Amino acid sequence: MKDQIRQVIREHAHLSVDVETLGDDADLYQAGMTSHASVNVMIALEDTFDVEFLDSMLKRSVFESIDSIAGALQEVGVPA
Amino acid sequence: MAEFRPGDPEQTAFLQELLDARLLIDSGIPGVYGRGEGFERVRSAFDARVTAAAAADEPERLAFPPVLPRRQIEEIGYLKSFPHLAGTIFSFEGDEEQAAAQEATAERHEDWSEFQTQTDLCLTPAACYPVYPAIAARGKLAPGGLMVDAGGSYVFRREPSGDPARLQMFHQREIVRIGEPATVAAWRDAWRDRSIELLRSVGLDASFDVASDPFFGRSGRLLARSQKAQALKFEVLVQIAGPEPTAVASFNYHQDHFSSTYGLEMDAPDPTAHTACLGFGLERITLALLRTHGLDSDEWPGEVREELGL
Repeated sequence: MKDQIRQVIREHAHLSVDVETLGDDADLYQAGMTSHASVNVMIALEDTFDVEFLDSMLKRSVFESIDSIAGALQEVGVPA
Repeated sequence: MAEFRPGDPEQTAFLQELLDARLLIDSGIPGVYGRGEGFERVRSAFDARVTAAAAADEPERLAFPPVLPRRQIEEIGYLKSFPHLAGTIFSFEGDEEQAAAQEATAERHEDWSEFQTQTDLCLTPAACYPVYPAIAARGKLAPGGLMVDAGGSYVFRREPSGDPARLQMFHQREIVRIGEPATVAAWRDAWRDRSIELLRSVGLDASFDVASDPFFGRSGRLLARSQKAQALKFEVLVQIAGPEPTAVASFNYHQDHFSSTYGLEMDAPDPTAHTACLGFGLERITLALLRTHGLDSDEWPGEVREELGL
């Protein structure tokens, strides 16, 4: 799952660094992801994994790192 | 058609008082009113008060019409964030036969939109929007950046409501700061205090709060919560009519949203430029003054009249 998350981030987060240089717990906002880019990441994740995030998950901290995204995806039923 | 939000009983009664006193003039469309002389006297007075307060910072004064090139709305992502509020200008481009058909349909008050074509213009949704490309076109900014007093253009938001404080077309009195991130953040903090002082000086019980914009849909909820978590938007609130205080001024810290869109850069080793704006809702402030001090400004307390030069 994390490889697919990395792929989405590579295509949609507009990071100022290569996502491969970042650990799973690295702060994506610190790495250059804007709020508007985080929306694109959210939509692309929903398309990729064919799920819908819960309303309570639509907040900044959920999209902060690969780990936090993976946690949210597991909560909506994506196998780890 | 956008959903009409009725006012609560207090708001409905206040709107009727304003219409009866000919401070507002009914157009038949909720949120679109003419302004009577007594209303305009107060609105102009507060507008001048903002100009005077801003003058100390020696801003560059610019003014723009209430229409925006459609391309700008497209570039800044407005249709992603606020598709429900945007107003687009359409016009007729057909031949004589189509003109006659359009007229016949319109005369019956039926839908004549099939004869209309989208133009290259939108209604301006925020008075600061034309400022960023205008300044970017000049090239890199000197250290310290600049402050722009963008005047008080009419802006449009498609949200018909029975609350007189929620207008579809109103004057947004905008001041914009462009510069290094630290310069812009310090400016915003200083003006937050100055705007509260300004409103208190005319007898309004103003307070401020962290806020978010009415972004559209599910992705909008993420944007709104992000905006709040980062304290990127502040509002100055005053009680007008209804259960909660109304925002009469707002500060938006856009970080690099507009500078990256338009290539705004500092002429410095670190070229990063940020932008922020402060907008006073002139009609809401006028309504708050009329609600607080009474509908006849000749009867207002002497110190308030003096402060506003009435």
